[in-house]
Amino acid sequence: MIPAAFEYFTPSTLSEAIALLEEHGDEAKILSGGHSLIPMMRYRLASPEKIVDINGIPDLEYIKEEDGYLKIGGLTREVALEDTPMIREKYPLLYDTAVMIADPQVRNLATIGGNIAHGDAANDHPATMLALGAEVVATGPNGERVIPIDDFFLGLYYTALEPTEIITEIRIPVADGNSSGTYKKMERKVGDYATAAVAVQVTMNGSGPAKVGIGLTNVGPTPIRAKRSEELLVGQPITDELIKEAGKLASEDCAPTADLRGSEEYKRSVVSVLTQRALKTAFERALSS
Amino acid sequence: MSKQTITVTVNGEAYTEEVEPRMLLVHFIREKLSLTGTHIGCDSTSCGACTILMDGKSIKSCTMFAVQANGKHFTTIEGVAQNGQYHPLQEGFKEEHGLQCGFCTPGMIMRAIELLDKNPNPTEEEIRWGISGNLCRCTGYVNIVKAVQYAAKKMAEAPKEKGALNEV
Ligand SMILES: Cc1cc2nc3c(=O)[nH]c(=O)nc-3n(C[C@H](O)[C@H](O)[C@H](O)COP(=O)(O)OP(=O)(O)OC[C@H]3O[C@@H](n4cnc5c(N)ncnc54)[C@H](O)[C@@H]3O)c2cc1C
Ligand code: FES
Ligand code: FES
Repeated sequence: MIPAAFEYFTPSTLSEAIALLEEHGDEAKILSGGHSLIPMMRYRLASPEKIVDINGIPDLEYIKEEDGYLKIGGLTREVALEDTPMIREKYPLLYDTAVMIADPQVRNLATIGGNIAHGDAANDHPATMLALGAEVVATGPNGERVIPIDDFFLGLYYTALEPTEIITEIRIPVADGNSSGTYKKMERKVGDYATAAVAVQVTMNGSGPAKVGIGLTNVGPTPIRAKRSEELLVGQPITDELIKEAGKLASEDCAPTADLRGSEEYKRSVVSVLTQRALKTAFERALSS
Repeated sequence: MSKQTITVTVNGEAYTEEVEPRMLLVHFIREKLSLTGTHIGCDSTSCGACTILMDGKSIKSCTMFAVQANGKHFTTIEGVAQNGQYHPLQEGFKEEHGLQCGFCTPGMIMRAIELLDKNPNPTEEEIRWGISGNLCRCTGYVNIVKAVQYAAKKMAEAPKEKGALNEV
């Protein structure tokens, strides 16, 4: 279908973009990869009057370790996460997440900033960012603001971002030799959004984990942190019973609704199984690294 | 809403046109440039029939506005054959019966060009993952995989044919 008409702006600096967002307020939408926004515009689920295309802003595409953080520029494309050896080696959770998103053509354009800003619980990065304990750097009229990921997702398509703010960076604590993770996603077919998915990141201290992050995708209006499962595991020697119990708690703590992808009961069961599988893989990887 | 002037290079030729911002790139290519080899098969960014190369990267031209294309370089299926010679992928699809109705073929070929550019010697699994954004309702994919394998082999034997397209 043909989207509704709009006026199109291509700012070439961050401050120019923010000024446009301030000027046009609610009428304006940021366009980055366009792979959530344009589909919504084609279906006329969104009809912004002004589009502020931020692709011309320089220096927002990067992946680097600096000051104790893995820093990812807001305009970084999924394909860059896939193709950067450091991500695959040190942050396998991020790699496993990126390769499961849509398909290669979509990943050539879709951005990590857009994936998070969209506030869609069906997107894969939000749960991963919960598991990784990320921070979102938002730049607006008053400069930069750092938002902890636990304060970021407020509801369906609703985040802590102001309409005048642009996600310029994602920060993730640098992984050390004792940490690893994985993303397990159940999808009906390649490229589909998750029926349910589970992100796990662990940091080991001897035979037990010092830190556990577990994020759940598409089983509630926002991505969900499986807090009770995390707490159950921290500081405990890993056993099959404990992992099983963590899966059970996660399946209780999510809030799926029935849809074409399955019933509520089915989705809870998927969460339990995927949580156990993801924990096993994450522990194995962390202990062998 | 006022029109904007854009200049894009498609298959080596520069075009300057006035477009409405809401015009999708695929409509621009088909209707303004009359390059109808790029197909539209869905309304949901699912089928890949509209795949073209933007600065060497495969993208779905139904999910980009023409105004976003300003200043960029594109290759469509019409620009793939060089000097009257089929591209190895075109030859592969012909030799291996990689098409039946042919509707998905331009998108498959454009996607496979980038796939082989990044990974000149892919396994069958890598090919299947690589074309996971392209749907074919006819072939069952077996012969499409064979066509890509044919091209990979051919390009390994004559590596310069691969580079030629990227200069377009
Ligand atoms: C066929 C298909 C399948 C898909 N499958 C998956 C999948 O399996 N998993 C998955 O996670 N995603 C999937 N996606 C979504 C895809 O990853 C999107 O690209 C992503 O959700 C949004 O990123 P974008 O850069 O395209 O953002 P856009 O579409 O450009 O923007 C999305 C929203 O975020 C806002 N925005 C964008 N960038 C910023 C920024 N830097 N700062 C502030 N606000 C911003 C926009 O205003 C808009 O409201 C799929 C998309 C398609 C088309
Ligand atoms: S027309 Fe189907 S993906 Fe573009
Ligand atoms: S050959 Fe008919 S859709 Fe692929």
